[in-house]
Amino acid sequence: MLRLEPRPQASKAMVYLSPLLALLLTLVSGFLIFMLLGVNAGEALYAFFIQPVSDSYGVSELLVKAVPLVLIGVGLAVGFRANVWNIGAEGQLAMGAVFAGGLAIWVPTDSGGWVLPLMMVLGVLGGMFWAAIPALLRTRYNANEILTSLMLSYVALLFLSYLVHGPWRDPDGFNFPESKLFDDFATLPLLLEGTRLHLGLLLTLVIVAGVWVMLARTLVGFQVRVVGASPRAAQFAGFRERALVWFALLLSGALAGLAGMIEVSGPIGQLVPQVSPGYGFTAIIVAFVGRLHPLGVTIAGVLLALSYLGGENLQIVMGLPQAVTGVFQGMLLFYLLACDVLIQYRVRVGRPRVAGGEL
Amino acid sequence: MSESVLMLQAVALTIIGAATPLLFAALGEMVTERSGVLNLGLEGMMLIGAVAAFAATVVSGNPYLGVLAGAAAGALVALLHGLLVLSLLANQVATGLAMTLFGVGLSALLGAGFVGTTITPLPTLAIPLLADVPLLGSLLFDHNALVYLSLLLVVGLSLFIYHTRAGLILRAVGESPSSAHALGYPVIRIRYLALIFGGAMAGVGGAYLSLVSTPMWSENMTAGRGWVALALVVFASWKPGRVLAGAYMFGGVTILQLHGQGMGVSIPSQFLSMLPYLATVVVLVLISRDSVKLRENRPASLGRVFRPSA
Amino acid sequence: MGNRVKQWLGVLSAMMLLTGAAQAETKVGFIYVGPVGDHGWSYRHDKGRQAIEAALGEQVKTSYVESVKEGPDAERVIRQLAASGHELIFTTSFGFMNPTLKVAKRFPKVKFEHATGYKRSANVSTYAARFYEGRYVVGTVAGRMTQSNVIGYVASFPIPEVVRGINATIRAARAVNPDAVIKVVWVNSWYDPGKEADAAKTLIDQGADVILQHTDSPAPLQVAEQRGVWGVGQASDMVSFAPKAQLTAIIDNWDEYYVARTEAVINGNWKSGDTWGGIQSGMVDFAAWNEAIPAEVVAEAEQIKSDIANGKLHPFQGPVVNQAGEVVVPEGERMSDQALLGMNFYVEGVEGSLPK
Repeated sequence: MLRLEPRPQASKAMVYLSPLLALLLTLVSGFLIFMLLGVNAGEALYAFFIQPVSDSYGVSELLVKAVPLVLIGVGLAVGFRANVWNIGAEGQLAMGAVFAGGLAIWVPTDSGGWVLPLMMVLGVLGGMFWAAIPALLRTRYNANEILTSLMLSYVALLFLSYLVHGPWRDPDGFNFPESKLFDDFATLPLLLEGTRLHLGLLLTLVIVAGVWVMLARTLVGFQVRVVGASPRAAQFAGFRERALVWFALLLSGALAGLAGMIEVSGPIGQLVPQVSPGYGFTAIIVAFVGRLHPLGVTIAGVLLALSYLGGENLQIVMGLPQAVTGVFQGMLLFYLLACDVLIQYRVRVGRPRVAGGEL
Repeated sequence: MSESVLMLQAVALTIIGAATPLLFAALGEMVTERSGVLNLGLEGMMLIGAVAAFAATVVSGNPYLGVLAGAAAGALVALLHGLLVLSLLANQVATGLAMTLFGVGLSALLGAGFVGTTITPLPTLAIPLLADVPLLGSLLFDHNALVYLSLLLVVGLSLFIYHTRAGLILRAVGESPSSAHALGYPVIRIRYLALIFGGAMAGVGGAYLSLVSTPMWSENMTAGRGWVALALVVFASWKPGRVLAGAYMFGGVTILQLHGQGMGVSIPSQFLSMLPYLATVVVLVLISRDSVKLRENRPASLGRVFRPSA
Repeated sequence: MGNRVKQWLGVLSAMMLLTGAAQAETKVGFIYVGPVGDHGWSYRHDKGRQAIEAALGEQVKTSYVESVKEGPDAERVIRQLAASGHELIFTTSFGFMNPTLKVAKRFPKVKFEHATGYKRSANVSTYAARFYEGRYVVGTVAGRMTQSNVIGYVASFPIPEVVRGINATIRAARAVNPDAVIKVVWVNSWYDPGKEADAAKTLIDQGADVILQHTDSPAPLQVAEQRGVWGVGQASDMVSFAPKAQLTAIIDNWDEYYVARTEAVINGNWKSGDTWGGIQSGMVDFAAWNEAIPAEVVAEAEQIKSDIANGKLHPFQGPVVNQAGEVVVPEGERMSDQALLGMNFYVEGVEGSLPK
């Protein structure tokens, strides 16, 4: 019988070893699955993990994909620590895109450098606005934010769809559902010519560092950590729960909105009906795989981005259907999440010494 | 019977069809959450249930076996979820989302050979005599077995949760797993059972889609219904009767907005499509204002990891 | 020492031969917006891909990436296809337009084919099918078969392509049955079987007895079958889903075009251009007529089909009258392709208003 036994202290080694173990398990199971499917397993794993990032362009694309995941994930992580369950980041992202994109569409074509910073501000405000509704409904009316933020996501996506199918479509675009292409002054500068790597990467790095400092050094960060560890203690300490709810939702909304602005003014360059392939939902996984820590979220964001790039490459190189990559991706996540158990627990073989144990 | 009555009847029947898959998935999730476990993998489990039900029906020719297969497949995926979150203590939110990714992929993989295949859908069972009652007869007593089952389930679960010892234990496990454990109840085993029940019901909800609503299999055919079901549980504040009301309200608003369009309401269709989501939020706000009552219902340990100490 | 060098040279030249052989095989890439198992749009494009393999065998190697969301991912996938040696790339959804052009700029030697868009360049062609021609033929049958004079239309998004289909249908229906009207329900999705089915039920409950659809799943057709009304298959022959109800199906047929364009690349005479193929070119095809349709109706439909094919008849032949009763295209004229491309109004006979 295998069973889990709590460690007296969290294992420092396992903090780093458990993801490696998860990766190893993924490789082994992936090997078996690909063999069963009758494809060259070594080649498939290479195509999934290595080939997509085997040149500098691949790396740049990896980062482009990771930016929104990390940005949203780090905001959500703060909220999740404080037990605020914003699962509507997808809608907040869309609203950020709408606010920022709206400016880009309506300013005259001879506008200058002030547009881009203002778009950032508007993107942030759009996300905050959409996150403020669940915050208000939770603090004023006790409405559960899981439901309200999720439902409002659908509303935001439909609203974006209305705009690009209707009033905001490109006047020269034969009534097709997309806005005009943004002018250069409304487009994020590139960091590396010939790639799509944009200024959003630097912004993200600065923000991740900022959130890290905030969590570790400031009073509000302290409150977030205490609430996460022990809601009762937080009550005794007199923290105002409402203020924290507002803070967590506005922060995560702001970052999701910024991600929306970055996507439309960076890789996409215009408003389209679908500005995000589900970043707001994927970022929830990123937050937890990253153990709700800014650094962890960053690594998790990059890893998840790689799993998408790898999935596409597997289709191109090996001719495998997308379904296979979905299953493989799910498996990778299962292992990553499950192996974290080893940080707090150790595996023992045999019956427990103390009577009445479980598992 | 006048034409408008017939029309109302037809609308009501469509609403029942739209609500029933949501109802199954949401009732299952409600039981799961009552035990303190959050299952965000509902969408994936519904898909797996849909494909399994369809495949079993194609192979066996019997849609009832299909329903059973859907339930079993949903239960199996829930077991995997349980293994991760109950035995390996993985985070429930993230694992559930990963389970959805996994379910979408796996169902597509399993279903690839069934695209374009057709089946005989689940038959309607008119209840003798009652179905012939004018007006209400066909509205209430002329459905397929799953519609009856979903309504019985609402009654059954209300009785179970509030009036049986087992229901009490389930609630205790969700409220305070450590006290339940101290009293000698096998918390983890109970949570496994609740999770598997939830998975099976999600599977039946999926089966309803592939055997009744649209008797076919195609990838991703749930199109977000798992998420709606999840929201309905919160909406219902974990009460079976309110889950029923929520599912029918959501289905009802969805169908009514389609009727509004057919009648030529000149509001952009995107705004009409928002209505079911907005209605859910608004009604939730209206019923959530009593904070004390709300706290009584939300399982206190929802989503938290529990490992019984020796 | 000398021997070793010779050995190495031998290996090297063998490798060059191998890669040379590999280059003789033309790689063709596809990017789909949906899963190939959607039984609709992406499914038909994948059939076209298979047609290339069937026709050209060892001369080609095809690959595809499915379910690529329109948005930031598209450009990456297209570029990945271009960078991995694909000489011809089909990007099969409108939302891939700007990404295709961006990648095409960086890979001037690679040829691109974008479906349903309007921007072209030296190495980007566009192609689309005049499905409205098919709708016109179907609309004639619908106008003849309806007894309630209400035709139901399950629509996806208010874009010109869809609006064109609605207008062509009702124009044809009213040409043979002036009392016919069309009711439209938008589901705001290309693909949501449950909602498509609900929309079809709604339309039938409101009196429609012919259901047409511009969404991808067979669900509306299935509902037509259950309710005992008529339906028309979308994108592929869906008769197995509705053996009694399917009047016919409008079939997207990309096979010939895809094979021809691939051959052009192999033969080195590919040129950028715009193809808008209709019934004549075979891009718009039909499934077999339902046997329940009276012979004279079939004959009438076949006549219209051939009239459209040989240019005698145009679905938007003037007078084209909009909902407000204004003449948009005067008698004796035909609507230009430009105007068709951006069509943004309902003709008379459509109920409800088009969201602007």
